[in-house]
Amino acid sequence: MTARERIAGTVANYVDERTGAAKWLKKNLTKVFPDHWSFMLGEIALYSFVILLLSGTFLTFWFDPSQKEVIYNGSYQPLSGLKMSAAYESTLHISFDVRGGLLMRQIHHWAALIFLAAIVVHLLRVYFTGAFRKPREFNWILGVGLLTLGIVEGFLGYSLPDDLLSGTGIRIAEAIIQALPVVGSYLAYFAFGGAFPGEAFIPRIYTVHILLLPGIFLALITVHLMLVWYQKHTQYPGPGRTEKNVVGYPLMPVYMAKAGGFFFIVFGITAFLGAVASINPIWLYGPYTPGQISAGSQPDWYMGWLDGLVRMAPPLETHAFGHTISWNILIPGLIIPGIMFTGLALYPFIESWITGDKREHHLLDRPRNVPNRTALGVMALTFTLIGLINGGNDIIATHFHLTINQIMWFSRIGIIVLPPIAFVITKRICLSLQRADRELVLHGRETGRLIRLPHGEFVEVHEPLNQEQMWKLTQHEQTPALALPETDNAGVRRPKSITSKLRARMSRAATEQVAKPTSDDIKAIEHH
Amino acid sequence: MSTEIAPVEDPGLPAHIHRKADHDPVAEKKAERQVAILFALSALGTVLMIYSYIFIPGDKFIFLPIMGNTNASQLFLGIGMAASLFFIGMGAIQWARTLMPDNEVIAQRHEMRSSDEDRADFVDTVKERAGTAGLGRRPLIKRSLGLALGLVGLSPVLLLRDLGPLPKMELSQTSWRAGTRLVTDPGDRPIKPSDLEVGAVAQVLPELAKGQERTLADIGKDAVLLIRIRPQDFQLSPEKLSWTHEGIIAFSKICSHMGCAIALYEQQTKHLLCPCHQSTFDVTRGAKVIFGPAARPLPQLALSLDAEGYLVARQPFAEPVGPSFWERSS
Repeated sequence: MTARERIAGTVANYVDERTGAAKWLKKNLTKVFPDHWSFMLGEIALYSFVILLLSGTFLTFWFDPSQKEVIYNGSYQPLSGLKMSAAYESTLHISFDVRGGLLMRQIHHWAALIFLAAIVVHLLRVYFTGAFRKPREFNWILGVGLLTLGIVEGFLGYSLPDDLLSGTGIRIAEAIIQALPVVGSYLAYFAFGGAFPGEAFIPRIYTVHILLLPGIFLALITVHLMLVWYQKHTQYPGPGRTEKNVVGYPLMPVYMAKAGGFFFIVFGITAFLGAVASINPIWLYGPYTPGQISAGSQPDWYMGWLDGLVRMAPPLETHAFGHTISWNILIPGLIIPGIMFTGLALYPFIESWITGDKREHHLLDRPRNVPNRTALGVMALTFTLIGLINGGNDIIATHFHLTINQIMWFSRIGIIVLPPIAFVITKRICLSLQRADRELVLHGRETGRLIRLPHGEFVEVHEPLNQEQMWKLTQHEQTPALALPETDNAGVRRPKSITSKLRARMSRAATEQVAKPTSDDIKAIEHH
Repeated sequence: MSTEIAPVEDPGLPAHIHRKADHDPVAEKKAERQVAILFALSALGTVLMIYSYIFIPGDKFIFLPIMGNTNASQLFLGIGMAASLFFIGMGAIQWARTLMPDNEVIAQRHEMRSSDEDRADFVDTVKERAGTAGLGRRPLIKRSLGLALGLVGLSPVLLLRDLGPLPKMELSQTSWRAGTRLVTDPGDRPIKPSDLEVGAVAQVLPELAKGQERTLADIGKDAVLLIRIRPQDFQLSPEKLSWTHEGIIAFSKICSHMGCAIALYEQQTKHLLCPCHQSTFDVTRGAKVIFGPAARPLPQLALSLDAEGYLVARQPFAEPVGPSFWERSS
């Protein structure tokens, strides 16, 4: 036994006698994780969160979350002598007078954009592959919660520097609060400690931004990861992969090296962006005052679709009985996002209700094999994307020499017309891909090699797929639509038959598919 | 549920393909060197970072293509840091890919659900424990506990009451009074009609009394745009027309949609545009909304002249300025 082994043994013994960790670690260090590039998306979100904690902590050492008025006399000459809030002044100080301060600010902001982008793309991966199905519905809801809180956290974060752009964002948030029926103006006065902007709001959201929400994030992320660990990761279908097993590499050493290494890569790339790609140059915007604004005011991308919805809303307000309801704010700002996030959170339950499928699923779906779900996802994405495009309508107008009116009308009509079109097209594409898969299994791959038969006919040689490829294209199950009789055995209409009619109809739509080849089909072809 | 037998048999996990470094000592040595070089690059990154922190002055700018003038200290600090982190990651992953075992392993899954036996035991335990507490048998305790918990839940709401004052009438009022002079912002100079040419636009605020301070909250409600056009271009009701003075018209600068400052004036079309959500207001028709999400025209401020010939407000705003709220009556 070498000296090193002896020391390690002593330490391990000390810890294990007090925690019994050896038993748990023995089992979990060999835990198997399936390998696929798309499983790294959630990792990127996790690592960005760690980067946000580290860079954010650095920023708190200098940032002063106060709206008290000060006169600037730091090293950035163009703003010298200007009145501004202490929050803005300290952000300038971090940017110009703290070595590495601007770098850290930019890393923090880039990490926030990457955090939310990674969450969204991870969510899309989980959605389109059906990874949210039983037993993972809880984790899906946690994920939707993390996305929602992430958007709020990001908004609060870029509101803190109190520059002209962020102050405008706060002004809009205040207008949304104020628009709430009955309680709006009271809530706005409570949130801002009086009239907008006051001196209370930034100190308050600072506490929420650096303490309350990060704490909730930590708790939710921990549970999210524990569930992934406990339920074991899903895997893509393929030879040797079943619902009953998990195929991949063990945690130690391969995944420790890969995941640990990947953290450093994400951090490195974020740092590189922070070094070379300027983001949120607040010194160009100037301090906030409610009487000024800069043209081309844009929120960060994850708020852009909401802003786009607000921009395209029709000018509707109700005035009755001495009260006002601003539909032009409530519908795009609260009601539509509310419906979207609720629908997102409930989707696993809705799908399982439609399909009647209550079994556990650990093998992922290929999106083409579930045309309805895929089409619905693309439809929701189209809706959000048009919102996002309209959120940048002023920038698009100047870059592409269009008028705001053209883009606005495109969005207003497009947001109603294009999502259903996207649904139909996506569904058709999925079914065509299924048909192509069927062809491939039955007739093999086109080799492009032409041969001439003795009697003069030219034919192309088709090369049959190997067993593994065939398995990949045919392993999925195809379930028939739910049979929900509207009448009972005696021919009497069942109660709730409208719901079951709807359910049966949706189930029929959800199970529309191109029949995969049966073994008889394959045999028949082989005998040719 | 159709579980039609798959037409093709699952061929099972494909045979493992060995990598070059698994059996060729030369390739193995090469992979080892690659990993070491990557880790060494990381160390160089840290050296660059330390050098930049200590030796590059904070006010040194260098010119780079695309990026333009860039602060050298921040740039090299960042590139050093990026390299120091990135290459640790690359090294670790190269190590895992080339030298660590790459045999795929199969582990078994088990259904999440507990065994029937465990479930039955669980139900028995819960029933027994709940029975000893006797919650079902003691409705008085149950109800009083419910009451107490419900009331405790109210306390955070109560304690948060002092976050702010009640709005009272404040959202409906501004600092403009009859006779308040219009002053330039910035500059605080009173304005005569002759100061504004046709086509000109100015941001104004109400004049402060001696010793009075202007807060941002005041500006958020009081900011007014003064625009001068040719009087014959107005298409206003007689009342609103009487609120103008020699082609000079005043509107609240705070958007009636979500309160952004309306800063874009198109002289040719005489349109005001809010840069936040592109609501467009026609100045000639009393800031009527001609495009975008705003539902109301901008409130107009009635103008007249005082004895010295300076522009003053003839009366306070006739309606609340800024975004709508529940208590707003029109």
